[in-house]
Amino acid sequence: MSQPDTTLTHAVSPEVLAGAARAPLRKTVIEKPRLSIRQLNFFYGSFQALRDINLDVAERQVTAFIGPSGCGKSTLLRALNRIYDLYPEQRATGEILLDGANILDRAQDLNSLRAKVGMVFQKPTPFPMSVYDNIAFGVRLYERLSRSKMDDRVEWALRKAALWEEVKDKLRQGGTRLSGGQQQRLCIARAIAVKPEVLLLDEPASALDPISTLKIEELIAELKSDYTIVIVTHNMQQAARVSDYTAFMYLGNLVEYADTSTLFTNPARKQTEDYITGRYG
Amino acid sequence: MARSPRYLRRRLVNGANLSMSVLGTLFGLFWLVWLLWTLVSHGLRWLDLSLFSQSTPPPVTPGGIANAIVGSLLITLVGVVVGTPIGILAATWLAEFGRHSRLAAVIRFVNDILLSAPSIVIGVFIYAVVVARFGHFSGWAGGLALAIIMLPVVLRTTEDMLKLVPDQMREAAAALGAPRWRVIVTVVYRGALGGILTGVLLGVARISGETAPLLFTALNNQFWSTDMNRPIANLPVMIFQFAMSPYDNWQHLAWAAALLITLAILVLSLVARLLIHSRSFVK
Amino acid sequence: MNSALVSAASHARSARQRRSAAADALFHNVTRGAALVVLALVIAILVVLLVQAWPAFHAFGWHFLTGSEWDPVHQRFSALSSICGTLVTSLIAMLIAVPVSFGIALFITELAPNWLRRPVSTAIELLAAIPSIIYGMWGLFVFAPLFGEYLQPWITAHIGNWPLVGVLFQGPPMGIGIFTAGLILAIMVIPFISAVMRDVFELVPPVLKESAYGVGCTTWEVVRHVVLPYTRVGVVGGIMLGLGRALGETMAVTFVIGNSHTLGLSLFNAGNTISSTLANEFSEAVGRTYTSSLIALGLILFLITFVVLAIAKLLLVRMARREGGKT
Repeated sequence: MSQPDTTLTHAVSPEVLAGAARAPLRKTVIEKPRLSIRQLNFFYGSFQALRDINLDVAERQVTAFIGPSGCGKSTLLRALNRIYDLYPEQRATGEILLDGANILDRAQDLNSLRAKVGMVFQKPTPFPMSVYDNIAFGVRLYERLSRSKMDDRVEWALRKAALWEEVKDKLRQGGTRLSGGQQQRLCIARAIAVKPEVLLLDEPASALDPISTLKIEELIAELKSDYTIVIVTHNMQQAARVSDYTAFMYLGNLVEYADTSTLFTNPARKQTEDYITGRYG
Repeated sequence: MARSPRYLRRRLVNGANLSMSVLGTLFGLFWLVWLLWTLVSHGLRWLDLSLFSQSTPPPVTPGGIANAIVGSLLITLVGVVVGTPIGILAATWLAEFGRHSRLAAVIRFVNDILLSAPSIVIGVFIYAVVVARFGHFSGWAGGLALAIIMLPVVLRTTEDMLKLVPDQMREAAAALGAPRWRVIVTVVYRGALGGILTGVLLGVARISGETAPLLFTALNNQFWSTDMNRPIANLPVMIFQFAMSPYDNWQHLAWAAALLITLAILVLSLVARLLIHSRSFVK
Repeated sequence: MNSALVSAASHARSARQRRSAAADALFHNVTRGAALVVLALVIAILVVLLVQAWPAFHAFGWHFLTGSEWDPVHQRFSALSSICGTLVTSLIAMLIAVPVSFGIALFITELAPNWLRRPVSTAIELLAAIPSIIYGMWGLFVFAPLFGEYLQPWITAHIGNWPLVGVLFQGPPMGIGIFTAGLILAIMVIPFISAVMRDVFELVPPVLKESAYGVGCTTWEVVRHVVLPYTRVGVVGGIMLGLGRALGETMAVTFVIGNSHTLGLSLFNAGNTISSTLANEFSEAVGRTYTSSLIALGLILFLITFVVLAIAKLLLVRMARREGGKT
């Protein structure tokens, strides 16, 4: 199902483990973190997918998680809105602080958490309903808007997602009838419409063609001024283009975390350097 | 080499077996054609409007089958109304909550037992718990027996259809902050709607021809009655009794009813089949 | 900010949280309740049948399973002739239906041109949609007279005097009887078996077949040496599902089997099955022992189909596991 592939687990070399176990060489200080991850461990059943992750996410910046497949970057993202809670065999320990509260707390209300931390997935996931209803679906969960207010909200979200011009005459059509790139922007609009504070993007462009990818990247740059964005990508160029901070992960460990230009031009660790220069992964 | 005797023999064996395969297919189709032809040739000439306007007659007097049609509709309706929601809800639990749990596996297996249980055994069961308890045959008893037959059909297809809805869809709805029940009711059900409807239609097709479980639950009734607390006329049992009777006009009515019920069921099955090809989540 | 407003807002939010959590719990419990209904139902069927059948088992003991008399007048009952009738008619059905279904599945998956596949598939599946009572009427009024008049005398004359098997085909040509019941059952289960076979044949990875064709195999050789071995377990599972259907089928058999409680060797004799006996006698049975004996028959039938289903499931699960391991 949604278990990321874990084929790399057997390839742990002692050198890698030793490298990962050491504290990061460079301390990356984020002034006003929006999310603080502390000592996060994550398990799929008995398999540990994340080990002692510590990381701060900067407010109104784009943070990218990169690393080879199976490194845990998607798992980390899925912990931030506890979407993993849908699957009883998955669990996390540690702390993730949002507005001073630990969202991993059992008492945390998941629905309001997810309204605050929106998510867009790898493959476009338009619901089997009209474009309009796709957007309105999330809004109706939390707000009772009048007809015209709802129309305004739908238009606002679609404009934010740079989709309005393309679909303004197709609002009553099924969301599944849009093209792949449009579907993905519809999903972003749907996530924005509930006015979240944080936006999680799980490889949002990996299923799209280059032109749609470009549009999504431009969109991310636009949205940055209003939202805290966390993006998972396996595409290093994309991370370099869109993000302000980048975390490199490998085998469930956070290897290096720095502002993007530093990480790509002057990596502190050999593993990071090997990865960004294409020596593995 | 191509002409070697060995190769020739292989070609022969191949030809012989493939011919048998074609013959087998023709054999299967042959019975279908014969059955349908029998129905049309025996039933068509007794098909007229009085069938729908009059109740089943005594021997050797003209009449119709209106009471049996209405009775069948009533019993089937009870079966659908009782069986469908339980089936859909149970399938929802299996597909959304139970999934790989031990209990879910047990219930899936038990459902298959119910699915393959001989319908006459269901009839005996309902007789023992309903008819014997209340002391009389009744339309309700017949409807309940049909509900038990309908339930596993709906459950099975609904679960299969719910499983076709990608998990990403559930995650996407949950990620907007929708509570679980809302995710299921507004997104998952909607995605699987065509498939669920197909399951219900197949279930209706299955129960509307069932005779065995009605023999000692709903029984039959010679007269017009819509009282579900009493024995009620229904097409299958009426066909059985009239076909086995020595009276010509009863036999004619049986053939006409047989043609009607078969046509209705074939149409239902074909519609269900078409529906399944227009599911919302077909990739 | 106004603190009263804030607390009112958080109050509203927590009320909404509680409501939505309650709704979730309610939904979960309702669906689980529905699932448990299925479990309870099957247990109830077993228990009720067992309790109601108990007087018969108590009165006749093991003799109920091994004796052959069925005598409502003297209230003496035993199940052997019904069990035999059920098993023999189903066996005949399988002997006919399995090869035919195999041929149909082979035709649909390997031979038929594309435009013919769907129509043939659908037509064969329509056989399953026809109510069993229609099969019964057709069997009794159309098929049996023709069979008794033309085919049966010929078979008795030509095969009836063969050693060993001849005895199976003797007796007056009545048209109805165990053989006719078996044949009609065969037609009724063909769609079930052929549908499963078709589905598992389609599971064979094309690359396997292609590599067999690549070394010069004929279509038959590909089927015999690649498709069948690969799908063996699934094929047997499908056969068992068909068998389960045949064992429990009631109305068609009731029309054409002749309903006699005698045990004879010839397949042309009238006989009875568990389900036909129930259909014929249950609503007219008088007396506790009689009714109880009939319910005991029903219980035995339920258990037989249960065992057949369990075997079928086991085989199909094994097939699925192998399939899963390969991909």
